[in-house]
Amino acid sequence: MHVAPAIETRDLCKRFGDVKANDNVSLVVDQGSVHGIVGENGAGKSTLLKMLFGFYQPNSGDLIVNGEHISLGSPAEAMAAGIAMVHQHFMLVEPFTVLENIVLGAEGQGLLKQAEIDAKAKLKGLEQQFGFDLPFDQPVSQLSVGERQRVEILKALFRGADTLILDEPTAVLTPQECDQLFELIKLLKSRGKTILFVTHKLHEIMAVTDSVTVIRAGRVIVRTDTASTSPEALAEAMVGSKISRSVTRADTDHGIPRLSVQNVSALSDHSHRALQNISFDLFDGEVLGVAGVAGNGQTELLEVLTGLRRVSDGFVSLSGEATNSKDVFTDPISLRRAGVGHVAEDRLKSGVVASMSARENAILGYHREADFCRGGLMRLSAIDQAANDYFENQDVRPRNPDLPVASFSGGNQQKLVIAREIARDPQTLIVGQPTRGVDIGAVTKIHDQITALRNAGKALLVVSADLDELMAISDRIAVLCDGKLVGIVPISEADERTIGLMMAGSAASSLVGSATEGQDQ
Amino acid sequence: MSGSATKLPGVLESVLMPMLNILVALLASGLVVLALGEDPVVVLSLLIEGAFGYEEAIGYTFYYATNFIFTGLAVSVAFHAGHFNIGGEGQAMLGGLGLTLAVFWLGSSAPVLSIILAVFGAALFGAAWAFIPAWLQAHRGSHVVITTIMFNFIASALLAYLLVGPLQRPGGQMPESSDFPDGTALPQFHELMEILGISFEQSPLNLSFLIALLAAFGVWFLLARTRFGYEMRVTGQNSDAAKFAGISVPRVTVIALMMSGALAGMMGLNELLGEQLRLIGNFTLGYGFVGIAVAFMGRNHPVGIVLAAILFGAVYQGGAEIGFEIPKITRDMSVVIQGLVILFAGAMPHLFRRPVTALYARFAGKGNK
Repeated sequence: MHVAPAIETRDLCKRFGDVKANDNVSLVVDQGSVHGIVGENGAGKSTLLKMLFGFYQPNSGDLIVNGEHISLGSPAEAMAAGIAMVHQHFMLVEPFTVLENIVLGAEGQGLLKQAEIDAKAKLKGLEQQFGFDLPFDQPVSQLSVGERQRVEILKALFRGADTLILDEPTAVLTPQECDQLFELIKLLKSRGKTILFVTHKLHEIMAVTDSVTVIRAGRVIVRTDTASTSPEALAEAMVGSKISRSVTRADTDHGIPRLSVQNVSALSDHSHRALQNISFDLFDGEVLGVAGVAGNGQTELLEVLTGLRRVSDGFVSLSGEATNSKDVFTDPISLRRAGVGHVAEDRLKSGVVASMSARENAILGYHREADFCRGGLMRLSAIDQAANDYFENQDVRPRNPDLPVASFSGGNQQKLVIAREIARDPQTLIVGQPTRGVDIGAVTKIHDQITALRNAGKALLVVSADLDELMAISDRIAVLCDGKLVGIVPISEADERTIGLMMAGSAASSLVGSATEGQDQ
Repeated sequence: MSGSATKLPGVLESVLMPMLNILVALLASGLVVLALGEDPVVVLSLLIEGAFGYEEAIGYTFYYATNFIFTGLAVSVAFHAGHFNIGGEGQAMLGGLGLTLAVFWLGSSAPVLSIILAVFGAALFGAAWAFIPAWLQAHRGSHVVITTIMFNFIASALLAYLLVGPLQRPGGQMPESSDFPDGTALPQFHELMEILGISFEQSPLNLSFLIALLAAFGVWFLLARTRFGYEMRVTGQNSDAAKFAGISVPRVTVIALMMSGALAGMMGLNELLGEQLRLIGNFTLGYGFVGIAVAFMGRNHPVGIVLAAILFGAVYQGGAEIGFEIPKITRDMSVVIQGLVILFAGAMPHLFRRPVTALYARFAGKGNK
């Protein structure tokens, strides 16, 4: 007999301004199955999830839950329809106990004591059914990450969820915890629950899902049974196989490396090992692209290369520096003086002060240079001149440096930032996400500029989440996964499928054949 | 179609909005006066008359304003660097101690020098008192709001100890020091005017008002023209961008808070070296806290702070005057008015932003289309 799908969407569309985040997305999640959704960062996965969870409302299209057309105005309505979401970043109150967290918002009565007694009875049943073993009276702050995730799942079950959306559930887990999660998913499925599993790790899709939908650029590319597909096919669908733009490149003469990274390890803000034993060289006249799924060490690599993060092991050196080149990498100002420009990966977070005028932002990081400042006093006319020049050279609009940076579009902000960083003709340029949040018109211009700098013999390192972009502008592509350098592929040998697989953690050597440098096995 | 990006032009923003807030504060005060059975119009005119009506009144108004300029500037300097210095009170007390020590050390042998030294003593002690919370904030992450409040209590206790102990006037019963040596007092305003051949009624207004104006100019110059001021503002508005630019956030934090402490410390010049001519316990009388409201009302701009300080000075002085004329309206009433001004202008500066912006947008929109 035919059972209606747990969740079905028909031609769901969601626009933000001119951007179509979801474009006619049709999804079918069968009752009692584990369905995977894969896609690159920015492919539209989160938007889709937020619509399924009532957080966003679609511009058009239908949402059908258990055979009924419904519209979800809020997460509470989604919950009432039996859909629960386990967020990547847990929504738990840390000082509260597990029990308090589970009951929170579903007390059902004014007296907490009775609510907890009732909840305990109900939870006993759930525990036996799904094999949970959680310390109900311990504060959540004392729990491991894996345990917290189980609290989230139990919370959803407690509220009567039939369909669980897991948003990148393994991103925060250790391999052992991942295995436990997969066991739990299988158990939930065997008890008739439906799971929507969102990830960008292909091996996880292969391991736990029954069927899978691939999303790229807001559209469904393919929906297939997991049994009848392969990681290679999924990778190809995920990143597409567009012909890379042919940029005229002069041949790179690999002389002495401009910038040399030797066995570098570094810790993240949370003292995790964010970079592990990374080695590579950056030469004059090349663009080295750095690919990877977000959060695999790219941010920390950029910070190490721009003097914002100390290495815990290994060193970075700059050739052509008379002074001790190692010290340069502990101070952003010395580094800029040594000819290393830095286009920050998150403009608004660190590259500009959004509330300050474009003029004042035009000297950020260079405010100690003699032409902008003498004897501790700012030279206002020189700063004004520089800002006007930057606006002129890069065609920043509107042509008014008095406006706060926040009132410029993303593209114009980025043009200002690039103008600032190349104004002193740096030999090396470290670029994070060159076109993130940049309007289409400015993208080509920025790409052309990067290529022009490369052809002028500069050394550029570009980190980007956009693989198409890296394919278009790089001479070589380095791939980071889990803080390790999976490999470096010359552009002539790189295709998007290979890079996609490397990003998902598949060993490069088996795919490319070229041995990777500086890797511990 | 930019959603909420409608912005008010400068004049509306910096003149109309504060005026609107003050007006509402006065209306609310009027209601209180009405409830007491008095005529609000009479009381308001008494307040204005008492604050600006004659020379002595003006002198007192500006005398009080001097305190508020110092403490308001102190709050704003810290605020520009992204910190909330609640310790103006304690820093002012220590500033008072610093100038007292300077004055007694040099004595009446070198009057001009002792005044200069007193200015530095006040600033130095105020800065030093801010240094400890500043360092703890910069290097240990201890929140400066908490630590500066605690340092207010320590300062108060320290001063109390000194004034009933080593610094107490010999044979005295009050918690106060001996009188400052002759010739160390700051010149009074009426004395200065006399030199110019203008006669002005006697009031406690003294040279420190000019020092306060100089300090306001100094703060403006610091923020608008110096590299350190730039680094301070970058740090205050986006500390990640400051790190990106190679600015040492801990260093900026410590120096900015010490500058803030120095400004608060200089409040003692007005109260002690201008009027009391001895160190007395708790001479700060809450001026350090009111400085927070002054800074907010002045939108952290030195000119705004001077104007806000004069307003607060007027409410202090005029409020006291009402008490003499209408016994029913006690001194506490002026505290109520101050409270209402602080509430509407200081604590809720954006109360009328939305309606005014909407109104403006409607008119501007009509003009454009």
